[in-house]
Order: sequence, then structure tokens, then C-alpha cells
Amino acid sequence: MAHIDIKQPILQKNDSMAAELRQRFAENHVFVLDLLASPGSGKTSTILATIDALRDEFNIAVIEGDIASNVDAEKIKAQGTPAVQINTGGACHLESAMIKRAVDVLDLERLDLIIIENVGNLVCPTDFDLGENAKVMILSVPEGDDKPLKYPGVFQVAQAVVLNKVDTMPVFDFDDGRFTEEVTSLNPQAPIFRLSATTGEGVAPWVAWLAEQIRSVQ
Amino acid sequence: MHELGIMTGVMDAAVKSAQEAGATRLLGVTLSIGEMTEAIEDALVFAFEALVEDDPFTKDAELTVNMIAPKSICLECGHEFVHDRFHLFCPECDSFCTQLICGRELQIDSIEVDLPDGDPGGSEGSAG
Repeated sequence: MAHIDIKQPILQKNDSMAAELRQRFAENHVFVLDLLASPGSGKTSTILATIDALRDEFNIAVIEGDIASNVDAEKIKAQGTPAVQINTGGACHLESAMIKRAVDVLDLERLDLIIIENVGNLVCPTDFDLGENAKVMILSVPEGDDKPLKYPGVFQVAQAVVLNKVDTMPVFDFDDGRFTEEVTSLNPQAPIFRLSATTGEGVAPWVAWLAEQIRSVQ
Repeated sequence: MHELGIMTGVMDAAVKSAQEAGATRLLGVTLSIGEMTEAIEDALVFAFEALVEDDPFTKDAELTVNMIAPKSICLECGHEFVHDRFHLFCPECDSFCTQLICGRELQIDSIEVDLPDGDPGGSEGSAG
């Protein structure tokens, strides 16, 4: 029997494609945001509200990741924003090769921001580098304040956390103080933005933060 | 679900290295997995067993998973400490400014293979 040292990252293929994409994004001064959240947390609504607030200043495109359907891409396109739908066909996360195929049909030169809506899942997408500038995690109030304890990984890889549906806080038993404490202990550097994508409450500080990130790569 | 995808990548790399070394069979695969990743040991073992069983080249291979406990360094006082997934602040000075040193590994460390008769064996690194 012989022993052979390999010492190779398991996700090497994904990571090297992600590095290539990151370089392409940097060369074209595009800021790429990877949005992670559960199904039904309001990712698409948050994207629509974000586009609405930033479209006058920035050229934006969206990459939609879903197991099936093009419902989300159609919603984005209806707003007049380019959108590419990726159907993962059952896979629980997006990988960098899928992003490359989507990016190839976008006009990178004229874009300032690409928002990637990852597959609704709080587990698998956290381990996959897509070449993004930032991963942002969206949690919605009805999901409960204990989610950082149950899904620590996604809160740790996020550069910022969005708490959506804050307008429903009075009807759910959501302890905002406890939630803040949990997020802070997992990821002290990440800002938390409390907003309601549907009422528009709290959207301004979130888009101001994002706009600052976009300008930093221009 | 994604452990199967991870393990498919592992097996592709392991079989390729084994074949490049001229091996007749793959006997073992050793991984290092950080506890801060979302890869679960049991699911990795399950995926591994499903992937190796149908191929005579891989069917006797065994998986060894070394789980790596997270360790961080405090950027304020320099203290290094092992921690769980939830408590990343410095136990010495309570600072939140800490940086992970290890615990996010997803790595193939090594493989064990059978080499053809006549080969003296022990040809470490012969895969080049």
C-alpha cells in the first residue's frame, strides 16, 4: 500500500472559477452581491426595493437562482432590469460555474451592480464562493429570533445582515434584543439593517450602505 | 444535499491522483473538514459509500475525516484560542475583533492506494 499526499482544497474547481470571476468583476468595476436567505424571507421583494432606490445612480442586473421556474426573473424584468434565471434543477446552492454562464450573457462593461439571489437555503450556499464582493444574509421576522443559533454559518459568512418584514414585529414573538445579541456574538463586524421591503420602512440605510460598497469598487 | 456534490469532487480528484500514480486500487481517502463549514461528517461518509460501491477500483476504499476545531486569534491582545461555532470573542480581553485561523477547511489531505506487483511501494508523492 502506498500513501500519496494531495493537500488540495475540495472546492478547488469552484474556488478557482470564483477567483477568475472576481477578477473580471474588478476589471469591470462591478460590485457583486450574493444574497442568502430562506425561501419566503422576501429576497425578491428586497431586491425590487433595492433596485427601485438605486436605479437612478447605478446600472443593475440580477442573477436569479432557483431550483425551478422563472417566476423571480420575470418579476425583476417587469421592473425593467436585466435578469438571468439559473435553474439548479434540484441542487441546493449556486456554484461559480453557474454564475459564469449567467455573467457571460450580461454586459459587464455597463453594469455597476449585480445582485445574485441564491437558492433559498440557510446551509449549503455558505460554503461556495461565487466571486462576489459581499454575501448578505436576509432573515425575516416570522422566521424567528433563534435562527442565528440554528444556522450560525450563514450569519458568519455575511458581511451584513438584513432583518426583513419588521412591520410584522408586533404580531410575532420576535425578540429583537436577543437576535442582535446572537448576531453580534457570531459576527461582530456585520451591520444589521432592519427594514420592510414592502412598506419601504428602513430601506434607506440599507441602500446607503450598499451604494457606499458599490462606489468603493468604481 | 451538498455533501454529495462535495464528495463527487473528492472522488474525481482522488481517482485521478491514484491513476496518475499507476495504482490498481484506491484504498483510502483522508479529508480535513473544519467545523465552521456546513459539511456534516455523517453525510460525507454516506455520500462516500454511495460513490465508491459500484466501481471495482474504489469499492474497498475507506474514508477518514479529520474534523478541525475552530481556532481564532484576538487582533487586540494576540491571544489564540479554540472555540465552538458560536462564541468567537476573545476569552482573555472580551474583544470582538478576532480572526479565524482554522476551522473552515475543506481539504483532501491524502489517499492510500495499491500499486501493481513488482512496485516496491511506498513511492510517496509519485503522482507528481
